[in-house]
Order: sequence, then structure tokens, then C-alpha cells
Amino acid sequence: MSLYETRRKNNAIATGLAWLATAFGLFWLALILGALVYEGARGLSPAVFSQMTPPPGSQGGLSNAIAGSLLMSAIGVAIGTPLGMLAGTYLAEYGRHTKLAMIVRFINDILLSAPSIVIGLFVYEILVHPMGHFSAISGAVALSLLVVPVVLRTTEDMLLLVPGSMREAAAALGAPRALVIGKIAYRAAKAGLITGILLAVARVSGETAPLLFTALNNQFWSANLNAPMASLPVVIFQFALSPYKDWQQLAWTGALLITVAVLSLSIVARTLGAGRRKSR
Amino acid sequence: MTVVEPDRRERNGAMEVTDFALAQKITPAVIVDRPRALGRIALIDRIFHHLTRTAAIIVLIILGGVIVSLFRGALPAIKTFGFGFFTSQAWNPVNDNFGALPAMYGTIVTSIIAMLIAVPVGLGVATFLTELCPHPLRRPIGVAIELLAGIPSIIYGIWGLFVFAPFVQVHVQPALIAGFAGVPVLSNLFAGPPYGIGVLTASFILAIMVLPFIASISRDVFETVPTVLKEAATGIGCTTWEMMRHVVLPYSRVGVVGGVMLALGRALGETMAVTFVIGNAHKVSPSLLAPGTTISATIANEFTEAVGDIYTSALIELGLILFLITFMVLAMARYMLMRLERTSA
Repeated sequence: MSLYETRRKNNAIATGLAWLATAFGLFWLALILGALVYEGARGLSPAVFSQMTPPPGSQGGLSNAIAGSLLMSAIGVAIGTPLGMLAGTYLAEYGRHTKLAMIVRFINDILLSAPSIVIGLFVYEILVHPMGHFSAISGAVALSLLVVPVVLRTTEDMLLLVPGSMREAAAALGAPRALVIGKIAYRAAKAGLITGILLAVARVSGETAPLLFTALNNQFWSANLNAPMASLPVVIFQFALSPYKDWQQLAWTGALLITVAVLSLSIVARTLGAGRRKSR
Repeated sequence: MTVVEPDRRERNGAMEVTDFALAQKITPAVIVDRPRALGRIALIDRIFHHLTRTAAIIVLIILGGVIVSLFRGALPAIKTFGFGFFTSQAWNPVNDNFGALPAMYGTIVTSIIAMLIAVPVGLGVATFLTELCPHPLRRPIGVAIELLAGIPSIIYGIWGLFVFAPFVQVHVQPALIAGFAGVPVLSNLFAGPPYGIGVLTASFILAIMVLPFIASISRDVFETVPTVLKEAATGIGCTTWEMMRHVVLPYSRVGVVGGVMLALGRALGETMAVTFVIGNAHKVSPSLLAPGTTISATIANEFTEAVGDIYTSALIELGLILFLITFMVLAMARYMLMRLERTSA
């Protein structure tokens, strides 16, 4: 076989494998989403949203878990967003080239992918253990620790996209740094900053591990932040591992709800972010 | 609003000059006193500067706090078991005897198998997306893969438990056991009854979970390769494969390795995708079909039910070990990605 033919053949094999790899990956991911929609949609009914998690063998829904997830995510984002945004602002504006900014950037990137279960253990050690009981507020704090790295990262990235000439123009008008940031940089990067927050919500709303031993679970409706609270992921975890058919069905339905919520949040975030990139 | 003289002089014509002192809605009395107004603005600036700096420092404190508090929580177990914790296979809550070996073994083995599957496939997907994919499909498939990277891991877990594990138990594992029965080493790897759940199943689900992650990072890294280099390779007659092999991969090597390590960090710490299907058996078993456990699965399953200080403390020490392992892997990954950014900038 000539060298030319061998090279052609090797190329055909390699590109064929790349096609195959893509087909393989998309096949499994489609299979998972297909099973999720098929199994989850069967259990969808108004009762899912209006009734509380049932004891085994009786009818019920997921209303308390949905409310708990919404509440804890909201508090988590409310705590984590300002912290992440301020720190991101420091990294992009005041301390762009300082040593502190470099270290924080590095540490933040690590926190971004750190195991979420460890964050759960951390919050258990600093909140649950001293308080003596599981509580919704410690669950929210655990989630906020996952929000911070996401918001910090996107805030910094988005502020860096704002052209320096805009800052210089504002400074030339005599605006001090804080005003340049607040009135120029934040406004120019608004869509991007909202993207970051939405991504953080998406990340947090599916997290199970940090809630397992902070907020624990609660079979009943509770708005008490000082008491255990149900959340969708933890209920899914508990119900899926149970031997009861109706609990398992609720777990599938809950999984579908979470996936739809997370996917639509990331699509909205992506559209906002895409608009930003185009206008650059 | 009363505006003082000097400002009015600047306001002739259509151009309106923004006075930042005015924009602050500071009362006219203060505007007359310009030094004081400026002083106030400078103060606001200083406060904002310190506020953002404090927030940045708090991020550092969080990381320090995680390490310190986990160490404090793990101290009773560290004192009790010492270095033997790493080599002991015991896991006996009744007489408070614990060892980390099975969990550490499970964590590392599942992650390695997952990476063995996910890295080649992920690189294949990235190659496809940057070089082979027809243009109209490029964006949709790329976006789909990025979206899938964001799906909560509990979804993979529940699918693994209800759909994948039963399928594997009936159709795959018996074939593996029978197929490798006579082969010297492999027969030990694929031995024992087909449970469906176990180390191999967990590894595979982990692989599917990190696959979108590896694919989208490698695609981003491949895209940093300058088009000129690729055109030059094609220009001297390279095939697509030769261009990938001799131009794209060498150029983006650091970034690809960084991305793979990042994915490894995810895989090591992943909890929910694994906990459902690993089987939670505290023993080191030579067979990949046997149930095992990982650090995160052990913590997720047992922490709320742990009674006694030593039991809790042993679980926290497991968490500390996990954190330190992933910290090192992630730090290495970030260092490599940073190096790539510096060279491509």
C-alpha cells in the first residue's frame, strides 16, 4: 500500500472515530433525557404542585419540597450574589493586577469545582453542630457558598469585557472610581451580570449533597428557617432509594421538574449572554 | 434646581455636561462647597474599594475555613486511628473501628475508569465539533453539550439506578463474566454474581456525566489554536487527522490536560451520580462488578445516621481527605489552564 493510501486510510479511521464518539455521547445523553421525560411525565398532575410529600402508599405531591427548594435557593442566592459581585468587582477593577487578586482568582476557580458534599460538611461543622439541629438557614448558607464562585467568576469576566475606553471617558469627566464602576461598568455589563446570577441559580437548584446534612428533609410544609426543610433534590434522593412504587414515581417527576427548571434557566442565561457578546 | 455659575457656563449648546456632583443628588449647599463634595465622593470611593477588597478576602477565608473546620472535626478520628486510617479496611460503627481504604480505593478506581472512557470520547466529540461537523449543526450540538454539562448529577444517579443498572445486570454483566471466564487477569476483574449496581456501573455513569464537560472544555481549547497554523498544515497537504495529531494537539496540550484534570476533580468529588449505583460495600474487591463505595457516597449515605463522636469524626476525616485530593488535582488543572491562557494571550 502506498504512503498516500495509508495516510488516507488513517485519516478515514480517525475521523470515523470522532463521528462515532459524538454519536456515542449524544446517544447516552438522549437516552437519559428520554427516560427522564417518559418516566417523569407519567406522574405529572396538579396534585404534584398542590399536595405535600405523602407517607408511603398514599397519594401526594411535592409542594413542600418545591417551596423549600425555591426558598433556600432564593436565600442562598441573596447571600451569595452580593459577596460574589463585590469580590468579582475587586478582581476586575480595583485590584486587577495585584497579588491578592491573583490568589483569589486561583482559589475561586478551585472552589468553583470543589466537591459540594465537602461544602455541606463545612456548614455542618460551623452552623449545624453549634446550633445543635438541622435547619433551613444552614442549607441556604451551604448553597450560598456554591453561588459565590459562580457569580464572582462571571462578574469578573463580564466587567473585563467592558471596553477600557468607556472607563477612561468617564474618568476624564472627573468621575471617581466608584462612580465609574457603578454607573458605567455595571450598566454596560448588566446582561452579563444577570447571566451569572441565573447560572448560579441553575447550579444551586439541582444540588443535593450540600443539603443532605444541613437542611435535612421535612415531610411537612414548613416556612421556619430554624427547622429542617424539604427540598426537591433531597426528596428525590430519599424517594428514589425507597422500595415504594409511588415514592419512586414522585422521584422521577421531581427529577423532571428540576431538569426543566435548570435547562430553561441556562437557556435564558445563554440568550442574555449571547446578546452581550454580539453587542461587543 | 439651582445650579451655580461655573457649571452654567459649560452648559451652552446641545451638549450637556454631566456633573457628577449633581448626579449624586447632593444638595445645592454642598455643591457650592466643592471641596467637601469631592471629599464625600472620595470617601464613597474609598468605602467601595475596601468593601470589594473585603469581599475578595472573604473568599480566601471561606477556603481556609473549610480546611480548618474539617481538620478540627476530623481531629478525634485522626488521634484515634492515626496513619492506620489510610490502610485499614475496617468499617465497624458498633465498636467504632474505621478505615478509609475501601472508600479511597473506590473513589480513585471509579474516577480512573470514568476518565478512561470519557477522555477519548470527549476529545473525539471536540474534534468533531471543531473540524468535522457541518457548519449549520456546529452551534446546536455545541450548545446542547454545554447545556448537558449543567444537568444536576442526581438525574444521572436516578437514571442509573432505575434504567441502566437493571439493563446491565441482565444484558451486559453475564456476558462479561462468561466472556472473560478463562482469561487470566480479566477473569478476576469481571467475577462474581451480576448485581447490576457496582464499581463498573458507577464508573460508566460517572463517565457519561463528565463527558459533556470534557467535550466542551476541549472544544474551547482547540479553538484557541490559531487558524493560520491549521491552514499551514492543510496547505502542506496534511490530512485532518495529521493536522489534529501534529498541530492542534501539541499546541493545545497544556489546555487539554488542564481540562481533563478539571473533569477528574469533578469525578473524584461527585456524589449523587455515584451514590445511587455503587452499592455501598466497605471492602476492597478485585472484581469491578462487585459493589464498593466512594468517599462521597459514604458521607452522603451515613453522615445523618452517624451516632457517636468517632463515627462522625471518621466521616469528616474522609471529607477532609477528599477535599485535599481534589484540591491538589484542581490546583494543578488551573495552573495548566492559566499557563495556556498566558501563552495564547
